[in-house]
Amino acid sequence: MSWVSNFLTSSIGKKLIMSLTGLFLISFLVVHLAGNLQLLANDGGKSFNVYAYFMTHNPFIKTISFGLYAGILLHAIQGILIALKNRSAKGSRYAVSTGANASFASKNMALLGTLIFAFLLIHMGDFWFKMKFGAVDMVAYDGIDYKVQDLYDKVLTSFKNPLVVVAYLVGLIALALHLLHGFQSAFQTLGLNHKKYTPFIKGMGVIFSILVPIAYAIIPIYFFLFK
Amino acid sequence: MKLNSNIPDGPLDTKWTNYRSKMNLVAPNNKRRIDIIVVGTGLAGASAAATLGELGYNVKAFTFHDSPRRAHSIAAQGGINAAKNYQNDGDSVYRLFYDTIKGGDYRSREANVHRLAEASRNIIDQCVAQGVPFAREYGGLLANRSFGGVQVSRTFYARGQTGQQLLLGAYQALSRQISVGNVEMYNRHEMLDLVKVDGKARGIIARNLLTGKLERFAAHCVVLATGGYGNVFYLSTNAMGSNVTAAWRAVRRGALMANPCFTQIHPTCIPVSGEYQSKLTLMSESLRNDGRVWVPKKKEDVMAIREGRKTGNDIPEGDRDYYLERRYPAFGNLVPRDVASRAAKVACDEGHGVNQTGLAVFLDFADAIQRYGKSEAISKGMSNADKATITKLGTAVVEAKYGNLFEMYEKITGENPYVLPMKIYPAVHYTMGGVWVDYNLETNVPGLFCLGEANFSDHGSNRLGASALMQGLADGYFVIPYTIGQFLSKEIRTPKISNETPEFIAAEKETQERLNKLLNIKGDKSVEEFHRRLGKIMWEYCGMARNAEGLKKGRQLIRELRKEFWSDVFVPGSTDEFNPELEKAARVADFMELGEVMIVDALTREESCGGHFREEYTQDGEAMRRDDEFTFVSAWEWDENEPILHKEELIFENVELKTRSYK
Amino acid sequence: MSDMNLTLKVWRQKNNNDSGRFESYQVAANEHMSFLEMLDVLNQTLIEKKEEPVAFEHDCREGICGACSMVINGRPHGPQGGTTTCQLHMRHFKSGDTITIEPWRAKAFPVIKDLVVDRSSFDRIIQAGGYISVNTGQAQDGNAIPIEKDLALQAFDAATCIGCGACVAACPNASAMLFTSAKVSHLGLLPQGEVEHSKRVQSMVKQMDEEGFGMCSNTGACEVECPKEISITNIARMNRTYMGSVFGSDKTV
Repeated sequence: MSWVSNFLTSSIGKKLIMSLTGLFLISFLVVHLAGNLQLLANDGGKSFNVYAYFMTHNPFIKTISFGLYAGILLHAIQGILIALKNRSAKGSRYAVSTGANASFASKNMALLGTLIFAFLLIHMGDFWFKMKFGAVDMVAYDGIDYKVQDLYDKVLTSFKNPLVVVAYLVGLIALALHLLHGFQSAFQTLGLNHKKYTPFIKGMGVIFSILVPIAYAIIPIYFFLFK
Repeated sequence: MKLNSNIPDGPLDTKWTNYRSKMNLVAPNNKRRIDIIVVGTGLAGASAAATLGELGYNVKAFTFHDSPRRAHSIAAQGGINAAKNYQNDGDSVYRLFYDTIKGGDYRSREANVHRLAEASRNIIDQCVAQGVPFAREYGGLLANRSFGGVQVSRTFYARGQTGQQLLLGAYQALSRQISVGNVEMYNRHEMLDLVKVDGKARGIIARNLLTGKLERFAAHCVVLATGGYGNVFYLSTNAMGSNVTAAWRAVRRGALMANPCFTQIHPTCIPVSGEYQSKLTLMSESLRNDGRVWVPKKKEDVMAIREGRKTGNDIPEGDRDYYLERRYPAFGNLVPRDVASRAAKVACDEGHGVNQTGLAVFLDFADAIQRYGKSEAISKGMSNADKATITKLGTAVVEAKYGNLFEMYEKITGENPYVLPMKIYPAVHYTMGGVWVDYNLETNVPGLFCLGEANFSDHGSNRLGASALMQGLADGYFVIPYTIGQFLSKEIRTPKISNETPEFIAAEKETQERLNKLLNIKGDKSVEEFHRRLGKIMWEYCGMARNAEGLKKGRQLIRELRKEFWSDVFVPGSTDEFNPELEKAARVADFMELGEVMIVDALTREESCGGHFREEYTQDGEAMRRDDEFTFVSAWEWDENEPILHKEELIFENVELKTRSYK
Repeated sequence: MSDMNLTLKVWRQKNNNDSGRFESYQVAANEHMSFLEMLDVLNQTLIEKKEEPVAFEHDCREGICGACSMVINGRPHGPQGGTTTCQLHMRHFKSGDTITIEPWRAKAFPVIKDLVVDRSSFDRIIQAGGYISVNTGQAQDGNAIPIEKDLALQAFDAATCIGCGACVAACPNASAMLFTSAKVSHLGLLPQGEVEHSKRVQSMVKQMDEEGFGMCSNTGACEVECPKEISITNIARMNRTYMGSVFGSDKTV
């Protein structure tokens, strides 16, 4: 299988891993957002808590979630390795730096990625860790014959803390910038560049990178201001 | 010395085929034991090194550049001629042969030129197979365009970058041979001497330009493909690094310099703008298809333009002198290069030059823009289009045809050539002269071959457009791989040549001493300054028009300059490091010797032919060739005091010598 | 003709072992000079003072040989798009400007002296497969294979690469993907080059990686600075054909 290892250690192979894991994480963003927007439903957290129970107990989803963790780690570790290798390939930097030839985001993907990763740690520590190992109150709903964790309540208290809200907003801005370059870049790495379709992909990328983080941002802002 | 051109017998059109069929060959097992040195990796050198490698010889290739891809062949714009007759317009090998002989003003060898025309067809095939992206028609077949001096459309091209694409083709073929080990490539190595053993060329001394160390390289034979010497004029369209050193070192070792005074001055270059100018940029000959050349008739208009009070557009039609159309009504703006250049010089000498230096004429596209604009308007059904619309439409057509050239012009001059007429002036472009070679491309030194612009063989006293690329590749791909066998077949018993022999050691020592000498002068003037002054002397006295008095004066001045150089030049740094100033100093030193031989040659050739125009030899203001006395090649042997002339008679069996007329 | 007084901050480095530093120089120029002619003036004054002139690479001075290689105020070949340093003229600068001049920066382009770098890694990438394997004399007639005009033009656009290395210099990762992909595209697009395309793309990428160039992160800086305006479409094409070759052919290089 030397051809496989050859490929995976080649520059294009390494970038392919970034591209595929990136696209996978992009698809996760959509699913995660769809679920989380239930926080805005005015039902005292019922639909959100039931959804959260489903997501943590369905065996199929649980399997997928391991894939997700792996995807995040692979994207992050590979990203760091690539950034280190690229840094050493460049050697020294120019005395005069210019923003004239490439966007800020494209030149700072590793930095943005690190910010996003830091945000993820806060985010998961706040909810996922507490849900798995901490004490989250149980709550029962009519028509459901089992108790579920009241994660909604946890969200409510977290987003009353302005520091948490700011951290989320910073994380989401980093995500927006990361996506702004990453979305179309993933397609370019896959070799999907076409005179007719590429402008469409790029347009989609911009819309996605702006709308999705805004939609995410609505949640902490809404909770902070109105709950 | 009796010069034998070794032209094979038989009728012209079968000479090469018959000769090739009967040539001595080197068997594959022997080829592996034979070493060949190729110096220079432009079109001729790279194609030769690649092809010889493919045949199985051990090739060592040398370039002073950091990569073979930088050779100045890369800058050729227009195209490459080939007698393919794809356009069904009556082209043939004979017609290409005839046009080249005539264009060269009957100062080249019939047999060589015919072989060139034959090979031209294979070149196109070879280059297409290598992936050269020539221009194509909508049907997917190769496109052609026409060039000056011929009546058929036989020029193949790749936009304005034909030289680049052909060179990259040869470079890639060479790279392939390097990758399989048939060619050993020595980048950043400059040949500084030729080594002869028992009268035969057996190696070179090259300086590793990175370390500064001299290195000895031995081989069974040496091939020079080191380009032309136009930089003897300092300002030329050649690259800054183009030089005569390799060829000149060979001449110092006994090779002969043939027709050195035959230099081509290209009429359409961007004029000199100031003292600091380092090189001149060519604007393709194709511009003369649509541009009209003129100068103001009145001196007061000339002054107004020079002082910036008026532009070309302010001069009314009646006050313009379209001198080419006036003097040569039959060919107009499309007269051959040498004629157009001299006419520009005459206009400027009479005080009509249109820039601050007084050395520029207008090349005006206003008429073409209007003409194309009107026809576009009609084809778009706009019968009453106003002037602005017509100008806009016409500008678009001109842009489609010459956009990249106009853009280059604007980058360099800062003027918009769509609005203001271009300013142009002739500049040194190509050297038809070069190292003397016989039909086998072998010099008078056995085992020393010379290809491409570096030799003298195919263009006579004037080269036609799009023929330089053709000759470089013909020599490299299709001539030398055969003819080198004539020499090497006698060398199969010669063991590997050692680079430890006294000849090599002595040559290395001499070269080192010469470099040390340059460094130890420690004078006050830069190499650049001497080069500039040399260029001025050459341009003034051995440029577009020459006369005996000027040439004699020029010779005197060069001798003085040479003396001054060797006592007052300052070369910084040392010999054992990367030292571009030292490289330049050694090259300029050689240019100063070559310059003298060029002048002596020009003085001896008492006729006007092609690029060589002697003011004393004219008829009704036009060049007067003197076939009775000068139908020969002047091959010069170097001598410090008085170069020695050897003559090779040119015999025309197939072509009748006529006077070129463009009136 | 207006005169300009400029301050140059030029990278001076004796050789590859030297660590290098900036030196400041005053130079008088005028707006009609090319950038390199302005450096010629500087060198002339240095030589007159018996100092070492600044070493920089240059040859054709008409934008085609690819020899010139300097980063001017942070931009390879300077501020004007689609232009090599030799074609850049001083009218794009103002009197009183300070201009910083540095060599290409990339591990795979070690500095030889001052502004001169070693770009032989590019040659080795071409040697790894940037050619069509046809010996002299083997070719069929030039018109035997018709090639669609647009396709020939696309191949030509990729083939206009001058091998200057500005793409690598501009790339924050010092990646040589634009250079390599331009050659892969030029040859792969043509039917003549299609034959060995599969092996070529693997060999050239392998060599590119071995030379120590960085990885492409699609910043697009290369195509902005490329003096021949070669598009990163070529990079996508190479990615695609590389993966196609690795997974779709039986070749392993």
